[in-house]
Amino acid sequence: MNEKETPLLEMKHISKDFFGNQVLTDVNFTLRQGEILGLVGENGAGKSTLMKILFGMDEIHQTGGFGGEVLINGQNVQFATPIDALAAGIGMVHQEFSLLPDFTATENILLNREPLKYTALSELFGERLNILDREKMTEISEKAIGRLAVTLDAEMLVSQMPVGHKQFTEIARELSKEATDVADGIKLLVLDEPTAVLSEQEAESLLTAMRLLAQSGIAIIFITHRLQEIIDVCDTIMVMRDGKIIKTVPAKGVVIPEIARWMVGREVNTISHKRAALDNTDREILLRLQNLWVDMPGEIVRDVDLNVYRGEILGIGGMAGQGKLGIPNGAMGLFPAGGQVFFEGQEIPLNSPRNFLDAGMAFVSEDRRGVGLLLDESLEWNVSFTAMQVQEKYLKKYLGGLFKWRDQKAIEEATQSYVKQMEIRCTSTKQKAKELSGGNQQKVCLAKAFAVEPKLLFVSEPTRGIDIGAKSLVLQALRKYNEIQGTTIVMISSELEELRSICDRIAIVSDGKVLGILPATTDSAEFGLLMVGQKSELVDGGSV
Amino acid sequence: MNIKVEKIISALTQWMRSFGLPRIIIGLFLLMLFIAAPFVGVNIGTSLSDTFNRFGMNAVMVLAMVPMIHSGCGLNFGLPLGIIAGLLGGTLSMQFNFTGPTSFLMAIVFATPFAVIFGWGYGQLLNRVKGGEMMIATYVGFSSVAFMCIMWLLLPYSNPTMVWGYAGKGLRTTISTEGYYLHVLNDFLSIRITEHLTIPTGMFLFFGLLALIIWAFLHTKTGTAMTAVGSNPVFARASGIHVDNIRALSVVMSTWLGALGILAYQQSFGFIQLYMGPFYMALPAVSAILIGGASVNKATITNVIVGTFLFQGILTMTPSVMNSMIKTDMSEVIRIIVSNGMILYALTRKTEATR
Repeated sequence: MNEKETPLLEMKHISKDFFGNQVLTDVNFTLRQGEILGLVGENGAGKSTLMKILFGMDEIHQTGGFGGEVLINGQNVQFATPIDALAAGIGMVHQEFSLLPDFTATENILLNREPLKYTALSELFGERLNILDREKMTEISEKAIGRLAVTLDAEMLVSQMPVGHKQFTEIARELSKEATDVADGIKLLVLDEPTAVLSEQEAESLLTAMRLLAQSGIAIIFITHRLQEIIDVCDTIMVMRDGKIIKTVPAKGVVIPEIARWMVGREVNTISHKRAALDNTDREILLRLQNLWVDMPGEIVRDVDLNVYRGEILGIGGMAGQGKLGIPNGAMGLFPAGGQVFFEGQEIPLNSPRNFLDAGMAFVSEDRRGVGLLLDESLEWNVSFTAMQVQEKYLKKYLGGLFKWRDQKAIEEATQSYVKQMEIRCTSTKQKAKELSGGNQQKVCLAKAFAVEPKLLFVSEPTRGIDIGAKSLVLQALRKYNEIQGTTIVMISSELEELRSICDRIAIVSDGKVLGILPATTDSAEFGLLMVGQKSELVDGGSV
Repeated sequence: MNIKVEKIISALTQWMRSFGLPRIIIGLFLLMLFIAAPFVGVNIGTSLSDTFNRFGMNAVMVLAMVPMIHSGCGLNFGLPLGIIAGLLGGTLSMQFNFTGPTSFLMAIVFATPFAVIFGWGYGQLLNRVKGGEMMIATYVGFSSVAFMCIMWLLLPYSNPTMVWGYAGKGLRTTISTEGYYLHVLNDFLSIRITEHLTIPTGMFLFFGLLALIIWAFLHTKTGTAMTAVGSNPVFARASGIHVDNIRALSVVMSTWLGALGILAYQQSFGFIQLYMGPFYMALPAVSAILIGGASVNKATITNVIVGTFLFQGILTMTPSVMNSMIKTDMSEVIRIIVSNGMILYALTRKTEATR
């Protein structure tokens, strides 16, 4: 590795904010030819945004561009679209497959870049009537697949392939680009969680393929949550957190716990736990989930056993897509679920939101706009609706309860008090919910749940997509509600630090199961380990 | 002083925005027609009287749109189904020889169970085609009309005023309501102002009563749930509402109002129109409520009143004024052009709520 060589890619002082919400601050890194760079970080650390900047995605331009500069081979570049990035020799393999299922591997690899043959008709009617050069297509695709050193039938339909082969097809597509429209071949490949859907064996052969590619001079940026893979395959590891690069180190000699600590741990002292962890030994079990499964697309819960004790705040964390969101959604009955749920000793029938609410539980959904709010109605309606329907609050009854008339005055008063209490910024309680900002909408969702006065409150991703100020207000409100009303809270969040700051215990969910429950005071590195699937002796094994 | 003027202007623009520019333009056009009428020899009293009459005849059917819009089932293109329930009620009341105002009351009584049964089935169907309600509703209307074309012939009606004279069985295409419930609402407490201008108070009261019931219903717990279901069904479900039941209830209500609407229409019109009669009844009602400013999932009683008045006003005035201006009998052609033009315009104005 020659030090004087100009780096293939250099990103200098990159910064980016989405409407005042800083997501990247002063990011600097370089990448040499044939280097494999492992990029790790929690959800929301800024990895995807960084890659989007590299590719010149529309999303970046539409939100006001970015600060800093991108250099390729020492040349300053500004990609207006991903197509420009492609032309400069940067390829990307996405998390979701972008393949046509009913086309063969070859056809997918060369889609819209097929080598063509002239025919008599194309003389007459122009290039649109050229025909595909099938032989050459097969040749190119087989060569691209060959570079990966895998066995992949180029003529197989994508819909019939195992997932691993789909992933290889995508990579082969990027590789094949050197043979056609990219002037001097693909130079840099970005792999965004390519192993997430692969079995261990498949992942292993992918890693082998990556090493081969790197040897042939292609630089790779490898994004993954599987830390062992990073250590195995990468030359350099770059850890991101809160939009900053925390560490850039050579992969040699690094161990997983170290990476995990860099990923999740702010300096542990910055968060002060305001109260001692609750002792659950003599507390009553309020909610018991047994063998719960939930069929929520993208968040499948397989088999969850979980006890929630009266008065505690239980956090549920874990990586995205592992099933943590499925738990409250399934318990509430918004998605098909099975298993058993006991609340105060009574079994609650699943798949029926009404029974869930009647039992004295409430749920603040992560999908504010879809589930949480009546966007076209006033704040008054949003706050009072659930309590009115479930508990007959805010109603005036006539003729012995035959007519249940909406009590406008009571609704207004209640809404006003919540607006004041939660500092909801609005023009009046008659304002429509869709006109509020994300943070204020979230507060309305909480007010709606508080109005029901639940014994147990599920809060799902309460701080997603809201700014820091609103975030702390929301968390404070939850904490206060727990302390003053004694309400038990189950909070689901992707941000471990947030869970650690207000919860008593935190359960980590992975692959639809509870991996373990730790007190919130546990060192964050332990949680990091748990998230990537490595149990330590501290874990109490997901109490039953 | 200036501040005052500014305040008035801002209040005015506020009002204009809430009332809607299309309604102001249509309203001004209607006003223009009324002003032009005397100059081309159209009697203003008759014009007004006709407009009031048509308003009364159609308003209840427009009101029948409201419950389904509120529950998110969209515009009730299946109105013919409700109309059929009304036709069954009306013909049964005549078959059992009820006369005068009693026949009207009995028609409502007979129509109600049909409306409930039809509406419930129609509601079940709509619950299975969420997202495509309006297209399905249209064909529910069309196919029910076709089915009843057979039934009108086969059902064992025997009242000589209703059946075909030569065969002694099978209902006629048009049946006069004279001697039964002709003008029972029109004449109830009607106020005669001039020789040509009469206000059909009874019809207004009938509509007013039904509108009041719907308005009150929408302020109850169930009514609130209905609006919420239309606004965001997932939200409603997460609040423990049985979305399908509420939707079915709204369809039953819409169907029942459709049945009552056609009875109010017949008593003023003077005839019961069977067979293909109900076929195109949905579109004018749909258009009226859209012109009144309703969207696919938001509608108020004001939308009903304003929309019906504007739609029927234009429909009454344009043919008579234009006809007198060009001095040939084109009224029917103009009426068709205007009514379909209004429907076309209204359907392009269809707006949906944010999701």
